[in-house]
Amino acid sequence: MLRIDGVRKSFGDHVVLDGIDLHVKPGEVVCLIGASGSGKSTLLRCIDLLELTDDGDIHLGDLELTDPALDENRARARIAFVFQAFNLFPHLTVLQNLVLGPRRVKGIGRAEAERRARELLTRVGLADKVSAYPDSLSGGQQQRVALVRAVAMDPELLLLDEVTSALDPLLVAEVLEVVRDLKGSGMTIVMATHEMRFARESADRIVFLADGRIVESGPPEQIFTAPRDPRTRAFLERHLG
Amino acid sequence: MTDSVALPGPTPPSARQQQRNAFRRRRTLRRAVVGTISSLVVLGLLVWVVTSAPGWPRVRETFFSANHARESFPAIRDAFWLNVRLFLMVELLVLPLALLIAVVRVVPAPAMAPFKFLAAAYTDVFRGIPTILIVMLVGFGFPALGLSGLPTSLFWLGTIALTLSYGAYVAEVIRAGILSVHPTQWAAGRALGLGYGQTLTRVILPQAIRNVTPPLMNDFVSLQKDTALVSTIGLVEALRAASVYQASTFNVTSLCVAAVFFIVVTIPLARFTDWLTIRSMRRQGGR
Repeated sequence: MLRIDGVRKSFGDHVVLDGIDLHVKPGEVVCLIGASGSGKSTLLRCIDLLELTDDGDIHLGDLELTDPALDENRARARIAFVFQAFNLFPHLTVLQNLVLGPRRVKGIGRAEAERRARELLTRVGLADKVSAYPDSLSGGQQQRVALVRAVAMDPELLLLDEVTSALDPLLVAEVLEVVRDLKGSGMTIVMATHEMRFARESADRIVFLADGRIVESGPPEQIFTAPRDPRTRAFLERHLG
Repeated sequence: MTDSVALPGPTPPSARQQQRNAFRRRRTLRRAVVGTISSLVVLGLLVWVVTSAPGWPRVRETFFSANHARESFPAIRDAFWLNVRLFLMVELLVLPLALLIAVVRVVPAPAMAPFKFLAAAYTDVFRGIPTILIVMLVGFGFPALGLSGLPTSLFWLGTIALTLSYGAYVAEVIRAGILSVHPTQWAAGRALGLGYGQTLTRVILPQAIRNVTPPLMNDFVSLQKDTALVSTIGLVEALRAASVYQASTFNVTSLCVAAVFFIVVTIPLARFTDWLTIRSMRRQGGR
């Protein structure tokens, strides 16, 4: 469903993505792991057209995302992106954050959009925060709202960019719980993460990146117990050690 | 990687990527062409509407006569020098005054209470009075007081009037800037052991001034134009010189010449402001 072939991206002289090939099946949960600066976030940003690729093809189903004539908004309506820093709209309440996209982009009626938003908020345990403003919520609560804001768009693909990196350990669990729940409902997810335990338990596939290349990829059990590449081994030792 | 096959430079783009690049180049060109054509059409229409008006020949003679422009130019140019001096002097005085007023208004020290009240009263009163009225009050009122030590030269009276008026505006702009700096910056400064004053001058004010540079410059552009108001107390600046010429020839071209002088000095300031804003955004935004 998502097909990435030979994607390259440089910032000036700095090569961030050096020929990435990655195919994701519907309903699959893929975890991108690797050191900071290995290109995880840039890859996600390229998929959501937040960065322009230098070369290579990205397809979402029948849609070529790398086509320069593509209507970006049409593409983004099918992909959802959640940021490390939540990026909720501070001038809107939780409910207003949730219905903005469905109403303005998808043209869903107010009553229907609100009903669905409340349903999603109940699912992540935030039903009582409907009319709260984002700044009055904890980091974990904000990120859960950001997750359901993305899901409210009924995306085909959910991209998560280190969604727990700005949270303290106690709050990480409640956010990952939501991600696990989304996986259970059949959502296709590509996420960059440093949460190795979560990746091991919940991912269908682990992709290890270093220096802008995919060094190794495979099912979590294989990557975590029998990594083939010495760089993967070194990385995992440092992170699990 | 360097000891493997010698790759000359970066990987050459794929055929598909070359197509994409070509498409983007064509699109950029197409956009430039569309922009140029639409600008020409709009400008052409504007010129056509104005010049085809029945009264245009008379308007051109009264407002845009080349002869009158040439004749009135030297007097207006010499008088405009006064506007420039006024503007520079007022700007120099307004900044410290406004900064002082703004700081007094935000400082929490209880001993400052009477000064805070005075500062608030000053901004309220002087922002409330039309600038032209302040110019007249100062220009005619100060000399009438007959106090020794008060300047009597019209230049200085004009300077005082404009400084009082613009000091109030600029003080409010700077105060808004101080309040716009996130409270965590105060906390970070105090946590380092900096005192209130040190935090204010080293941490808060530099950010505050940067945040309000565009509205600050906006006020200065406005000030450049308002230097014309001192003509009401008898100073011969550009506008007055132009109307003297107009009164003797019954031709309005001289006023347009004065207008061009004002435009010519404000445009560089506006572009300079844009440049400043973009530069500070780029510096703080990384890329």
